[in-house]
Amino acid sequence: MNAAGFPLLSLITFLPLAGAFVILTIRGEEAVLARNARWTALWTSLINLALSLILWVRFDTASADFQFVERLDWLPEFGVSYRMGVDGISVLFVLLSTLLTPICIAASWESVESRVREYMVAFLVLESMMVGMFCALDFVLFYIFFEAVLIPMFLIIGVWGGARRVYAAFKFFLYTLAGSLLMLLALLAMWFHAGTTDIPTLMETAFPRGMQYWLFIAFFVSFAVKVPMWPVHTWLPDAHVEAPTAGSVILAGVLLKMGAYGFLRFSLPMLPFASQDFAPLIFALSVVAVVYTSLVALAQEDMKKLIAYSSVAHMGIVTLGIFTFTHQGLSGALFTMLSHGIVSGALFLCVGVLYDRVHSREILRYGGVAKIMPAYAVVFMLFTMASVALPGTAGFPGELLVIVGAFQVNPWVALGGAMGMILGAAYMLYLYRRVIFGKITREDLRALLDLSPREMAVFAPLVLLTLWMGVYPTSFISFFEASVAALVSRHEAAIGAARLAGM
Amino acid sequence: MYVGAVFFPLLGACLAGFLGRWLGEKASQWVTVLCMALAAACGLGAFAEVALGSAPGVVPILTFLDVGGFEVEWALRYDTLSVVMVAMVTFISTLIHLYSVGYMSHDATIPRFFAYLSLFTFMMLMLVTADNLVQLFFGWEGVGLASYLLIGYWYERESANRAAMKAFIVNRVGDLFFMLGMALTFWTFQSVQFDAIFDSVSQAQNVQFLGMPALEVIGVLLFLGACGKSAQLGLHTWLPDAMEGPTPVSALIHAATMVTAGVFLMARMSPLMEYAPVALAIVTIVGAATCFFAATIGCVQNDIKRIIAYSTCSQLGYMFFAAGVGVYQAAIFHLFTHAFFKALLFLGAGSVIHAMSDEQDIRKMGGIWKKIPVTYLVMWIGSLALAGVPIFAGYYSKDMVLEVAYAAHTPQGMFAFILGLAAAFLTAFYSWRLLILTFHGAPRADHHTMEHVHESPAVMLIPLLVLAVGAVTAGFVFYPLFVGEAQLEFWNGSIHTAEHNEVLEHAHHVPAWVPLAPTVVGISGIVLAYLLYMALPALPGRIAGAVPGLYRFLLNKWYFDELYDRIFVQPARVLARVFWKTGDARIIDGVPNGAADLAVQAARGAVRIQTGRVANYAFAMIIGLVLFVTLLLYGAR
Repeated sequence: MNAAGFPLLSLITFLPLAGAFVILTIRGEEAVLARNARWTALWTSLINLALSLILWVRFDTASADFQFVERLDWLPEFGVSYRMGVDGISVLFVLLSTLLTPICIAASWESVESRVREYMVAFLVLESMMVGMFCALDFVLFYIFFEAVLIPMFLIIGVWGGARRVYAAFKFFLYTLAGSLLMLLALLAMWFHAGTTDIPTLMETAFPRGMQYWLFIAFFVSFAVKVPMWPVHTWLPDAHVEAPTAGSVILAGVLLKMGAYGFLRFSLPMLPFASQDFAPLIFALSVVAVVYTSLVALAQEDMKKLIAYSSVAHMGIVTLGIFTFTHQGLSGALFTMLSHGIVSGALFLCVGVLYDRVHSREILRYGGVAKIMPAYAVVFMLFTMASVALPGTAGFPGELLVIVGAFQVNPWVALGGAMGMILGAAYMLYLYRRVIFGKITREDLRALLDLSPREMAVFAPLVLLTLWMGVYPTSFISFFEASVAALVSRHEAAIGAARLAGM
Repeated sequence: MYVGAVFFPLLGACLAGFLGRWLGEKASQWVTVLCMALAAACGLGAFAEVALGSAPGVVPILTFLDVGGFEVEWALRYDTLSVVMVAMVTFISTLIHLYSVGYMSHDATIPRFFAYLSLFTFMMLMLVTADNLVQLFFGWEGVGLASYLLIGYWYERESANRAAMKAFIVNRVGDLFFMLGMALTFWTFQSVQFDAIFDSVSQAQNVQFLGMPALEVIGVLLFLGACGKSAQLGLHTWLPDAMEGPTPVSALIHAATMVTAGVFLMARMSPLMEYAPVALAIVTIVGAATCFFAATIGCVQNDIKRIIAYSTCSQLGYMFFAAGVGVYQAAIFHLFTHAFFKALLFLGAGSVIHAMSDEQDIRKMGGIWKKIPVTYLVMWIGSLALAGVPIFAGYYSKDMVLEVAYAAHTPQGMFAFILGLAAAFLTAFYSWRLLILTFHGAPRADHHTMEHVHESPAVMLIPLLVLAVGAVTAGFVFYPLFVGEAQLEFWNGSIHTAEHNEVLEHAHHVPAWVPLAPTVVGISGIVLAYLLYMALPALPGRIAGAVPGLYRFLLNKWYFDELYDRIFVQPARVLARVFWKTGDARIIDGVPNGAADLAVQAARGAVRIQTGRVANYAFAMIIGLVLFVTLLLYGAR
């Protein structure tokens, strides 16, 4: 049936859902309930992580095909089926989702005190939907997961968030939903044309050129909101600021990748002409995103908002890389997506550590933290450096590849993207300096405790990954090498064939 | 041995950094010193084997990246050029580690300091042994990180934090160009690996990029990168501020090693630079301008470390224009001797500061030479070497640099020669100004400080004396190898001199006055400083009073900081606020929020219709029914 011998992807997808049901059946006193819910959620997600590591081991990196494929007829008369599978582009995102979920659950261990059971259920459901989205090989299935992700996230922000959580949650929901409606239209149009919603089949289908533009615009609106690209990015800072720490981690770590993943899965392979013709627009928006949001980040007074804006800038690098259609640019974009998932997640956790102790995200509230929390200062420094793409950390290989790729297409675009190097260093170091360095001016800060063993355990895997990705990126890049090569050659073939026909 | 030279410092850094709390202060500082000593032993061994024994090689370690032909390896490249740097870096770093044991003995977080220092050394070694541009960039940014951490070492001082940030960000401006240079290199050569680039330079000569020869553009981009790291005119502003760091850091990073990375880059890329004449001309002009500009500022500064910092900036200018006229050998030779005497001067200054209870202002010193004789002696040796007085190291290298500038017989070479000569005069002048104000005359410090003036402990003096020996001998011992008879064999192809480039050959046959000139201007600079500060101490003040505009212009460092603040920092701040408050909050958020408001308003209107009175509803229904029936009837007709 597939390389694992059993429906591995479905198992990874639906195991958290089963865990969520188990948690819902727990009854008992408030404290016992909370403890049981925490442990059940943690174990479920850890087992899921262990299962997903099978993918890491058994995935055939030499092949660009979909692997671990499962197929069940669902609505055969409409050409809709339940089809799961991963290729090099999606496999690491499955792992990213299964890795970040237990980390989030551990990070919320003490900071979430109300409605613990429901919180854990929301996270497990969220994990299910994220994994399902990256595995889905049927457009209808993809759409269901893509939309379903919104529900638990909406609840996490709206129920466990900060003061303006309802505004933020609605903004988040409406922005992303509005985009998705157009994707639904595009889905229907594609289905009418091809008679199936099977993604691999759709990739082989040549859509008429005129139709491609409309489809591209529909997809673009939907994915651009998710990425988010400038100027539809303003939901993100609000959502991040109000979300609980773990919510921000998942939001930055995985949810932001859904848009870029959509571009890679649908826009590029299915709509080569439209992608080619819209690339200048995307370049412009990406460069604006890098420069504009980096500058905005510089002015922020709220730690989470600053990191949220930095995410927009980093995603600008990603979209830039994707639409270079070069091997380096695409690989760089994928690598940046992964590294940003780890690093920005870790940065939100860093903010969460301080927030748990002081209950403030205001930058000026802090200062001189290095003196009392040296271990924390080291961890924060590492992720700060990874965020500014210092070589040797996870941020660098992706940025390097994107700039090298962009340079081959248009050197000025590369220059614009590279401006992020300077501005990124400016806002991150400015943040670090105001929070960690300096003299302690507030007495209550003197009593802060350094990282607890639980927090160390939360950070340890992220620290290791950040260094590993920075020093030996090949072990990650090798996963998507073949798929990216196939994508590039297919794109070039499609464009080349059209050029020949046009002559 | 080859691996050890590079990785022992990393081991030391990890031990002191992560286990420092358990090892304790003593153990962690000595373990880093030991690791450095081992690295130095390996480094010197490698020097003997590779440079003297002519056995270059590459030690592969790991594949970093391989994406669609963009191949990058972790590897250690050992040729004469890199091994000269490895030996110099490990040797000087060991001495500075040892010195720091004494200098930092009263510090609160000693393991942290030594971990940073060793980390820096590791990064520097990765930089010089890189086999491709990406690994070089890794070391390049890594030393930037270490420099940032060490400048901001005393993080409770606001000025130190500001200086650290400034250093990192200004360096990043250079790094941006380096990154683009790297991308263009790949675009041109389909590789970033040194051998692959160098082998295909001749084919790439006709490649055009945006209407310009690609090689020239690469050369300029990489040089702009080098400008950031090596504090050349325009991107130099971070270096004087970097003196906020502890003095051993200034000696190691901001004098002997890191700031010379740009010169190393030029030498490393010599096979490419040789075919980029315009880029080389730019290098020459910027280098010459820097060497003169920094020397003028050095003459009026009052902070002992800042004077030496400007002197470093100026000497780097010499190295660059030597490279610019195509004699990378002379650039590296000056880099090599400069490492000894500038580290010596900084460490000597550290010893003075140590003796003066952390006073750095030379106006508050004076009359202490009898109390700290060893420091006084080594400062003399360092200054003599810096001023280029015969038999001292600087004499050989600086003379060589000026000779090659003259021998280039190009307008930019002549420009460099003249400015270099003027800077040589100023160098001697400010060096003796520093010596006289610091050590001679009546004591200007308060009584309490003067009582505490004491010679430094042996652990600080031994490195000073070793460096002093180097500052005397490094010139004449290595002259024949670096730039003399044996240079071709010594460099063994690691520095490429194109066939059309015979400047080094010409430099040995310049008119007799050319080698004599630097010595003469140097000695006259010394004499002038003696006259002004020893014989007629009232005169300098009157001169400054006579030309207040010029004095303030120099004292304020040609107003570069103020200019940059106006044209970059302030606009960025304003723009940031405008984008945030107007762009994001008002315009971009205004649209959806406005739409939401509109919907709410419409809903409020709709609410008003729902009064709850049955009569109203019945009336509305009747009206609807009438309309419906009417339409139906019209439709039926």
